[in-house]
Amino acid sequence: MSDSASATVEVAARGSRRNGTLYRGDPGMWSWVAHRITGVLTFFFLFAHVLDTALVRVSPSAYDEIIETYKTPLVNLIEVGLVGAVLYHALNGLRVMLVDFWEKGPRYQKQMLWAIIGVWVLVMVPGAYFMMVRTVTEMFGGH
Amino acid sequence: MTLALDKPRSPRRPAARRSNFELASWLFMRISGLALIVLVLGHLFIMNILDGGVHRINFAFVAGRWSSPFWQFWDLSMLWLAEIHGGNGLRTVINDYARKDSTRFWLKMMLYVSMVLILALGSYVIFTFDPDIPAN
Ligand code: HEM
Repeated sequence: MSDSASATVEVAARGSRRNGTLYRGDPGMWSWVAHRITGVLTFFFLFAHVLDTALVRVSPSAYDEIIETYKTPLVNLIEVGLVGAVLYHALNGLRVMLVDFWEKGPRYQKQMLWAIIGVWVLVMVPGAYFMMVRTVTEMFGGH
Repeated sequence: MTLALDKPRSPRRPAARRSNFELASWLFMRISGLALIVLVLGHLFIMNILDGGVHRINFAFVAGRWSSPFWQFWDLSMLWLAEIHGGNGLRTVINDYARKDSTRFWLKMMLYVSMVLILALGSYVIFTFDPDIPAN
């Protein structure tokens, strides 16, 4: 009786990571929240991106004009964010597939989460550098 | 000796298994996801990171790429897979959060209309691209 009572108290603590029985509040849950947000964000971007690219059917100058606005500092920053979002979604999608199909996937879900975050940082640091280097040197270095 | 058996236990499949649509959709998310890793990450790497990224993109750059059937096919596959993968994902999201049947219905209608529009427009642009279109 006292055993089960104390067990109940322990489990009721939100996201008890100690025994790994509750999903809520676990990093696994947040990885899903982020997967959902990045997926929806990318879908809306795709809508805009097909419309802007369709301008090549209107005229070269119409297309070049809109692409010119993409080479500004603010849009450049958004671009880095978008690439980061898609990269996270892709890496985590791979992790979801491994959880689903690899027999040891569920057991290593948390390690795989840290692994994809590591890969994300390793790719995004040089990636962000190459995406922004030109804009930043133009802003601060004259031309 | 008689073997006593009850009536056949499963004269037909239970009604709940009439459609496997959600299973197919679940599987499609994973298969298309695998293809999109190559298509989308490759696209982002070439367009945003390699060799100056977005700064070198203009009409001439697009014309150069779409002169190759390889990149035309790449972009067409990416368009269809991403739009259906993302649209199917958004269908799940709408199903999760819409509280009223009518809200859910209309949100999904908007979603499907936008998907048809984007797929039709995107495919049209890739198939009919004209590098010699008048400059203005
Ligand atoms: C780059 C490679 C990609 C991979 C590996 C990938 C993988 C996945 C997987 C496995 C799922 C299913 C998750 C689940 O059932 O729990 C999913 C969901 C989703 N994906 Fe992707 N995806 C990719 C690209 C994209 C793109 C380009 C878009 C947008 C156009 C997108 C939008 C979505 C959305 C909206 C969902 C639904 C999220 C949810 O239900 O919570 N994905 N993705």
